[in-house]
Amino acid sequence: MSTTTAPTRSALPGALTLGLARTGYELRSFFRERDAVIFIFAYPVIMLAIFATVFGQDDSSIELPGGDVPFAQYFLPGMVATGVMLTSFQNLAIAISVERDEGGLKRLRATPLPASAYFLGKIGQVLVNCTLQMAILLVVAALAFDVPMPDDAAHWATFAWVLLLGTATGAVCGVAFSSLPRSGRSASAVVTPVVLVLQFVSGVFFRFDQLPSWMQDVASVFPLKWMAQGMRSVFLPDEAARYVEVSGSWQHGATAAVLLAWLVVGLVVGIRTFRWRRRDDG
Amino acid sequence: MTSAPAVEVSALRKAYGQKKAVDGLDLVVDRGEVVAVLGPNGAGKTTTVEILEGFRARDGGDVRVLGEDPAHAGRDWRSRIGVVLQGTDDLAEATVGELVHHFARYYPDPRDPEAVIDAVGLREKVRTRTRQLSGGQRRRLDVALGIVGRPELVFLDEPTTGFDPQARRDFWDLIAGLRDDGTTILLTTHYLDEAEHLADRVVVVNAGRVVAQGTPADLGGRAARQAVVRWTGDDGPREERTDTPTALVRELAERYGEVPGLQVLRPSLEDVYLSLIGGATPVPVAPARTEALR
Repeated sequence: MSTTTAPTRSALPGALTLGLARTGYELRSFFRERDAVIFIFAYPVIMLAIFATVFGQDDSSIELPGGDVPFAQYFLPGMVATGVMLTSFQNLAIAISVERDEGGLKRLRATPLPASAYFLGKIGQVLVNCTLQMAILLVVAALAFDVPMPDDAAHWATFAWVLLLGTATGAVCGVAFSSLPRSGRSASAVVTPVVLVLQFVSGVFFRFDQLPSWMQDVASVFPLKWMAQGMRSVFLPDEAARYVEVSGSWQHGATAAVLLAWLVVGLVVGIRTFRWRRRDDG
Repeated sequence: MTSAPAVEVSALRKAYGQKKAVDGLDLVVDRGEVVAVLGPNGAGKTTTVEILEGFRARDGGDVRVLGEDPAHAGRDWRSRIGVVLQGTDDLAEATVGELVHHFARYYPDPRDPEAVIDAVGLREKVRTRTRQLSGGQRRRLDVALGIVGRPELVFLDEPTTGFDPQARRDFWDLIAGLRDDGTTILLTTHYLDEAEHLADRVVVVNAGRVVAQGTPADLGGRAARQAVVRWTGDDGPREERTDTPTALVRELAERYGEVPGLQVLRPSLEDVYLSLIGGATPVPVAPARTEALR
């Protein structure tokens, strides 16, 4: 090792460069934790398979005046929304909570790594995972369940903005939620039920328009219902909105508004509550 | 720049509710110095160090670390300090090599990561994931990540707790190497022999303030360092405290010839320490921790 004090210190590395370095580090660590990887990537695919098979027995499908919609096609948008929620919200809420509990965040706080680079790394990891997740889900849906994919740019544009906005909202809410579990060990026990309940009330596993109306009202407060609805507008025939949506339309404006509202709320709460140290650490 | 002390603390205060954790603490650490902070649990060591590291806000007093107030210091300041925390359990899935190289990227002028891996003795573990390291190896990795940025000042919080004796010796060599590089080191420890071995100066903290400081050899002052001469007199065991044990022994030798049961004892650092924190009598009682002369 050489001398300790350099006469002139070079400039600090930029936040963007470090954000990229963090993304690489986060991805490597994430993919080494096999159980989490398998759960996050396989869960939506398995659920799609189960629900499409159970509801679609004897070739039954959702009969609409404009033509039948197979159950796999109806459930795919919900599974897409679930996949987004898992890779963004659930993943970050648990991972950051564990990192905080293990002292990893405190260690980073003592280094010149800027907070922005830490969060850029998380965002990068979530984006890569999300893209992978979508690729797997869509390929399986198209090849194994014959779900027709949209063939025009407008539908894919809708897919892109719902996906991006949903991912951003999920990630920001995940960061905010990570302060809630009291320890790393309890993190998944606190986060998973929230995710599961939202899935059941938001029309991921059942037809949303057939849920009790109070349940629909509850679900409408949260982002998952809107993400699922936005994705239905991508993967279901346009005229189906009249029959499968409670409002009779895809409600893109409301979807964007609710997701944006949660994005802002998550951001404000996250910034105000984020802690680098454990709760019992002063 | 080099003339100003690395750490300057005066009248530092910090309370948690009614409990005064730090209560008027003064401390100066010069550049290139190795200072050990000793004290019982709850003495305020960790609170003090965490204020110096910028983790905690203080209630009062002045603090300067590398010329800046840690409460308002930025990235540039953080690139000049190294922090080795106790009780972290993170980074499980990354390998030693990946981590040292990754952390080096955070700093403007890092050490060569490969040289750091060699210096902490983890060359053979460079491809091992953190979760497979032993406690001592983990601690070495913590130190590697704390020094890879070429810090001017390193904080070590109870670095060898739970080490086996050989691991502690190796660790001490590592710290000695850092000191030889000119790095200023502030360490907290429970181990008196560690402080004695590593530190230029020992600072004893009790109830949130400094109760004594000095080199390990003269901590506690002359009185606490008085030798005790023991022998078996005509009417049983005798004991005398003296500044001039040689003279006393000569006197005894003239009286007895071969002095029965002769022992010359000097208090160890541990004896002095225990007396300073009011835990035990300053008189050496256990020959195992004293220099005995027969």
